[in-house]
Amino acid sequence: MLEPRIFKILQEIVGSENVTAEDADRLCYSYDATQQKFLPDAVVFPADAEQIALVLKMANAEKIPVFPRGAGSGFSGGSLPVTGGIVLVTTRLDRILRIDTENLVAEVQPGVVTEQFQQAVEKLGLFYPPDPASLKFSTLGGNVAECAGGPRCVKYGVTKDYILGLQVVTPQGDIIKTGGETMKGVVGYDLTKLMCGSEGTLGIITRITIKLLPLPEAKKTMLVIFDSIDGAAQGVSAIIGGKIIPTTLEFMDAATLECVRQATGLQLPAAAKAVLIIEVDGDKELIERQAQQILQIVAPLGVVETRVAQTAAESEEIWKVRRSVSASLRKVNPDKFNEDICVPRSRVPDMIREVEAIATRHAIPIVNFGHAGDGNIHVNVMIDRKVPGQLEKAEKAIEEVFAAALKLGGTMSGEHGVGNTKSPYLPMELDPAAVTYMKAIKRALDPNHILNPGKIFLD
Amino acid sequence: MSKHKNLHDLEDQIRQCVKCGACQAHCPVFAEHKREPAVARGKIALAHALLDQDLPLDERFVADMSKCLLCGSCFDKCPNLVPTDEIVAAARREIAERRGLSNFAKVVGQVVKRPGLMKIGLKGAGAVSRLLFRKVPQSSGLRLRFPAPWIAPDRVLPEIPTQTFRDRHPQFIPGGEGRPTVAFFTGCMLNYMYPQLGDALLKCLKFLDISVYIPPDQGCCGLPSITAGDGRTVEELAERNLAAFSQGEPHTIITACASCNIGMGRHFASLGERQAEIGGRVRDALVVLEREGLARKLARLPKKEQRIKVAYHDPCHLRTQGITKEPRALLRALPGVEFVEMEGADRCCGLGGTYSVYHWETSKKIGDRKAPGIEKSGAELVATACPGCMMQLQDIITRAGLPQKVVHVLELVARDLPE
Ligand SMILES: Cc1cc2nc3c(=O)[nH]c(=O)nc-3n(C[C@H](O)[C@H](O)[C@H](O)COP(=O)(O)OP(=O)(O)OC[C@H]3O[C@@H](n4cnc5c(N)ncnc54)[C@H](O)[C@@H]3O)c2cc1C
Ligand code: SF4
Ligand code: SF4
Repeated sequence: MLEPRIFKILQEIVGSENVTAEDADRLCYSYDATQQKFLPDAVVFPADAEQIALVLKMANAEKIPVFPRGAGSGFSGGSLPVTGGIVLVTTRLDRILRIDTENLVAEVQPGVVTEQFQQAVEKLGLFYPPDPASLKFSTLGGNVAECAGGPRCVKYGVTKDYILGLQVVTPQGDIIKTGGETMKGVVGYDLTKLMCGSEGTLGIITRITIKLLPLPEAKKTMLVIFDSIDGAAQGVSAIIGGKIIPTTLEFMDAATLECVRQATGLQLPAAAKAVLIIEVDGDKELIERQAQQILQIVAPLGVVETRVAQTAAESEEIWKVRRSVSASLRKVNPDKFNEDICVPRSRVPDMIREVEAIATRHAIPIVNFGHAGDGNIHVNVMIDRKVPGQLEKAEKAIEEVFAAALKLGGTMSGEHGVGNTKSPYLPMELDPAAVTYMKAIKRALDPNHILNPGKIFLD
Repeated sequence: MSKHKNLHDLEDQIRQCVKCGACQAHCPVFAEHKREPAVARGKIALAHALLDQDLPLDERFVADMSKCLLCGSCFDKCPNLVPTDEIVAAARREIAERRGLSNFAKVVGQVVKRPGLMKIGLKGAGAVSRLLFRKVPQSSGLRLRFPAPWIAPDRVLPEIPTQTFRDRHPQFIPGGEGRPTVAFFTGCMLNYMYPQLGDALLKCLKFLDISVYIPPDQGCCGLPSITAGDGRTVEELAERNLAAFSQGEPHTIITACASCNIGMGRHFASLGERQAEIGGRVRDALVVLEREGLARKLARLPKKEQRIKVAYHDPCHLRTQGITKEPRALLRALPGVEFVEMEGADRCCGLGGTYSVYHWETSKKIGDRKAPGIEKSGAELVATACPGCMMQLQDIITRAGLPQKVVHVLELVARDLPE
């Protein structure tokens, strides 16, 4: 419970209609996409950086935890008020401040929804590539804080590759500017990169300066069906070895295809054991040539069938298959643990084999799909919570999946971050000195430990 | 017996929500409020909390559940197919059961249950409409001269006819030998306020030699009472429609109103086995016309020299069933029409049954987001497939000071049919 005195201060800062401690609101800001539940004491909806600075100053003085939140679509619990306290929602900071078509730079507030920004720049012939699957509802602030990625990252990189500068409210309530608008800049530490992926633990992002690209002229989508996961994986290496970097290289394993087949009635040849969805973009003539080259490169690798989209509608049909995956997994089991490990590209088949072994060992279905082009695999452990013992099995399996990824030179999370769901596993990946180094930064910037406590590190 | 599912019956569906947040991209109410209790995920969490007795059924709960258009956009796009609209409807019934019906719901219930009442009311209204309403410049609509409860003073209403659709036509209109027969569920708005839409439909069916049966004892589809949480009235109406459509052959049942289509389709079908069988036969008129080859036939006619530019608005209750192509195919095929796609065609108009009554200001804001797309399209007419949307769209257009008129696709098709 927040003291009435504190509530009153919050009301003065953001206006009484923009702070609430009603039970219904507390409940509605107690969860994110991880389905955990932690009730906050209050929820505030500030209008600008100045109000956020005042909230943080007060929180410091009173030692009350503050949890930044965008759309609450996080997959690692990053926005959850694990210790109680104040959830600070950025949805009112939702303006695109400017799009500079001359310097290919844009400036936005953190609450802008990713897709809405993309549509706005595309209208001007410009391009913001990072495309997390949640782009229709996630916020750019959340994307920066998690350093979100997506299918297009094979060619275009992740969110941090497009962030030139930020305005940040520090945990102690100062408003600072990091980076700038220039394509180069080496004065001082690169705090912009430090903030990218900091999961709301080092400051609250209140303005984002974004680098844009010219919008590619066209794109071409292909669906290639293989008779083995190795064929698909070799295909990925061969395409990139052939000096073509496609925009996307998405794969689905046999278990995934089976789910999609059952859920959507998708027609696939019986021999289909893996699928790659490959998209190239750029100059019209270039992509025609690249598409031909790609098909030639993969042809000897056990290709059962290829479908090349000739129209936008056909391309949409192909992507529909990919997008139906998430929902069709429910056919296997009602509850899903979605981990997003990442391994060096060439180790994808090894990783899939490891996962298959883990699934067999624990006798629970594990379904894999994801971004083969950058080795980022979504490993979905499917269980039914209601069946006794399954949850424990899943936890054990997940730990083994992480261990396997690390053994192959990979990481526990390519996109979703640590939050509170992966913090117990952090020591598996980071050596103690590195953790100490990180904690020293956190302690120096947030001595009272009020900004998003309980995340990334266990203590 | 027709029987509703209550919140307890829907518990599995409530648990199916994985809190991904995807509905934030599709909920028109959330787009205005930007607060979690307004979005499907929040409403489900609140309903869940009520079931678990973590939250009381208080004023706040009532207010949160009222903030839903039952448009189904969230259900359509939910990766886990959580039927938030059904869950909210069940929550509203729960509210009504525990706290009694709102006065508004009571009035709605009386009107929809007694067609006679509506007819007398309208007969009178036809005569006195000049007195009650004033004509809105540049629109085919009227505005109330005097304040009336539950009708916002600035709402534009259609002119009211003196004879209902069902009174204008026989119960059976034969088509060609060996050709199909359809049963026509007219719905209230079409029957009482927009009979010309029904006339247009009959003309189209005649052109295709399709026989039409118009069951005389049919009633309201129940959607107004569903949105008002009046489960008992819905069940009563369902009994009447069950009887009206149980007779004779199991023909396809057509509707010319997107909301009736959902009401008689999805909602009615959820009330029992017999209802599911009947609900499963409900089709939108445009879909039937398209399947029967009308677009192909129309496309063969010589194009007219003077063609009207027409844009199309997707009613949520058709769009969420995947019905978006058929109306456009018909419009594209028309010799007298130049079809233009407009930006935001799939945006909700903001009507949503009781929603626009309790939340007229937000309802207007939701609707007004359509205005720029309508303006930019350069269309002279905005066509749609739902009388409710027609009323709301005309309102939006008038408010924005735009010149467009709103029509039903059927009216345009009927106009372009060869004599
Ligand atoms: C269906 C689905 C698909 C997804 N697909 C992808 C994907 O393909 N790739 C991917 O990378 N992720 C994906 N995600 C995860 C998630 O969408 C991303 O992490 C996204 O960036 C989170 O944005 P948000 O606005 O929802 O942030 P929230 O979940 O609200 O917050 C996420 C973190 O950011 C912090 N934060 C939010 N705003 C600020 C701010 N202004 N300043 C400082 N910190 C802030 C929070 O404290 C929290 O730690 C997916 C999620 C879902 C549900
Ligand atoms: S209702 Fe559907 S889309 Fe919305 S959060 Fe729940 S599962 Fe996701
Ligand atoms: S039915 Fe419509 S208004 Fe209601 S929650 Fe779903 S999308 Fe929002």
